[in-house]
Amino acid sequence: MAVKKASLKEKYRLMTRGLDWETTYQPMDKVFPYDKYEGIKIKDWDKWEDPFRLTMDAYWKYQAEKERKLYAILDSFSQNNGQLNLSDARYLTAIKLWMQGITPLEYAAHRGFSHVGRQFRGAGARVACQMQALDELRHAQTQMHAFSHYNKYFSGFHQANHMRDRAWYLSIPKSFFEDAMTAGPFEFVTSISFAFEYVLTNLLFMPFVSGAAYNGDVATTTFGFSAQSDESRHMTLGLEVVKFVLEQHEDNVPIMQRYIDKWFWRGYRLLALVGTMMDYMLPKKVMSWAEAWGVYWEENGLALFNDLSRYGIRLPKYHEIATKEKLHITHQAWMVFYTACPATAFHAWLPQPYEMDWLSEKYGETFDRFYRPRFEKFGDLEKAGKRFYTNRLPLVCQTCQIPDFFTEVDNPMKQAVRHSEWRGMKFNFCSDGCKDIFVNEPEKFCQAYIPPQQIYQGNAGGARTLAEYAAWLRCGMGTESGDYYSSDDYANWLKWHGERDTTPSSSAAAQP
Amino acid sequence: MQDKVFISFQNNDEARPVIDAIMEDNPTAVLSEMPAMVKIDAPMRLVVRRETIEKNLGRAFDLQSIHINLISLSGNIDESEDEFILAWGRR
Repeated sequence: MAVKKASLKEKYRLMTRGLDWETTYQPMDKVFPYDKYEGIKIKDWDKWEDPFRLTMDAYWKYQAEKERKLYAILDSFSQNNGQLNLSDARYLTAIKLWMQGITPLEYAAHRGFSHVGRQFRGAGARVACQMQALDELRHAQTQMHAFSHYNKYFSGFHQANHMRDRAWYLSIPKSFFEDAMTAGPFEFVTSISFAFEYVLTNLLFMPFVSGAAYNGDVATTTFGFSAQSDESRHMTLGLEVVKFVLEQHEDNVPIMQRYIDKWFWRGYRLLALVGTMMDYMLPKKVMSWAEAWGVYWEENGLALFNDLSRYGIRLPKYHEIATKEKLHITHQAWMVFYTACPATAFHAWLPQPYEMDWLSEKYGETFDRFYRPRFEKFGDLEKAGKRFYTNRLPLVCQTCQIPDFFTEVDNPMKQAVRHSEWRGMKFNFCSDGCKDIFVNEPEKFCQAYIPPQQIYQGNAGGARTLAEYAAWLRCGMGTESGDYYSSDDYANWLKWHGERDTTPSSSAAAQP
Repeated sequence: MQDKVFISFQNNDEARPVIDAIMEDNPTAVLSEMPAMVKIDAPMRLVVRRETIEKNLGRAFDLQSIHINLISLSGNIDESEDEFILAWGRR
């Protein structure tokens, strides 16, 4: 008699239940020491269900197919000199930032999920974390493979690990993930799978990666969408964790709400970098940050929170501030990159006239009134051979580690600064959101390793100036750092395309 | 306004029969094309049906293989061999 094939639901149950056991010669609490101290109460781990019902055998099958497709495309891209078909080499600043800032987060996520996969006592949750740990390792590897082709032709792609531990702007993503990885297992999964992946990563992997396609970067498009297909599983896991925990005990609700508030704000701050990639680093534009925020947060994010309201969860604190700020943050961040690029491993530039017009169209009066005049002033300085570079180290937010350049939400002419005292020390923040996070966990955040303080204390190879600091990063003006139009990348790009420099800002070669 | 669920696919030949099936089975769905991808939004609920995909494709189709060209989604998921449902509201 033929054996009846198990249904998807049965198969999932068979593959994720009964894999574990109640320990006998050691108490369960000693075997799983971390899953209770956050105060989260779990009555029945068997209520956990992965909505995708993906079993390990199906996982291997589909991941292998994704990899085969991806590597065929990466091979074809490099064999056909795909780098020459990019819209413009300026585009690669976004990809350098990805390699330096985002790829290490994939690896950190791999470590984080390996850790919490060990710490949850429910087998269903452990299986999901195991798959995600493997996914994240795959993302780190495929991204490095994709970018290794660009490393042959452009500067700034080498030594990402060296940079990660030294570059001031990379302490922003690094501290984000280290905060998550040093939290309890429920906070980790809420921070990464729910707040970051469900609520926010669509903004990176959908409009930005679509923009990569539009700018001729087949390699990034392919690994980006390939990674995001895993992300849809992770997002689903994130939502499942939140619902599972909320259904287990009513005492869990305020704890989860605090995690959601904290990690929405931390993730949103981190995404200022992504917004800047979309608005300023894509030579061919697809969607503005403000539009993407409208679609992926104001429509899709709010729908998600409407659904969660029946569990007693409200919208993340300060979400309305994030929505008001959508008209400002990318312009403010790009201005910082423009003036601080002697100390970054990527290039910056003034938006070209067609880009200024696009920004005016997308941001209307906000751009024309507050940001266009500053870019025009910078343009006048360039024409006079006095390209402006900043020469001092900024005040940095103790929580998100972003230099303090954001403005008051109702007054874009006033820099926003908040302070808090703790054990006789004064700490500075960029926003109420970041200050609240500190006030909830001062013991943790007082230890943050803040780049400007460390530089002044001599912990950056003794560097006292931006130039010395750049040398310690192993970056040089014109190669890895500085204005795009005075870089080797630009000179090579013209040479490879048989073109002469005709840009109005080509006189931007003045040194800081 | 009703809350929307969405699903998004790579815009390629392999995904096309799936995209077509979704548009056929969900009359209120709206398709947006962006470079290299499509995003399908629908009020409250969206269903992906194996049968419709198989009709478009002319061969058997394992519904879980939508993972290969899937980019992202939003909504509570209910998955079986025959249907993949995204919905807001009580499960």
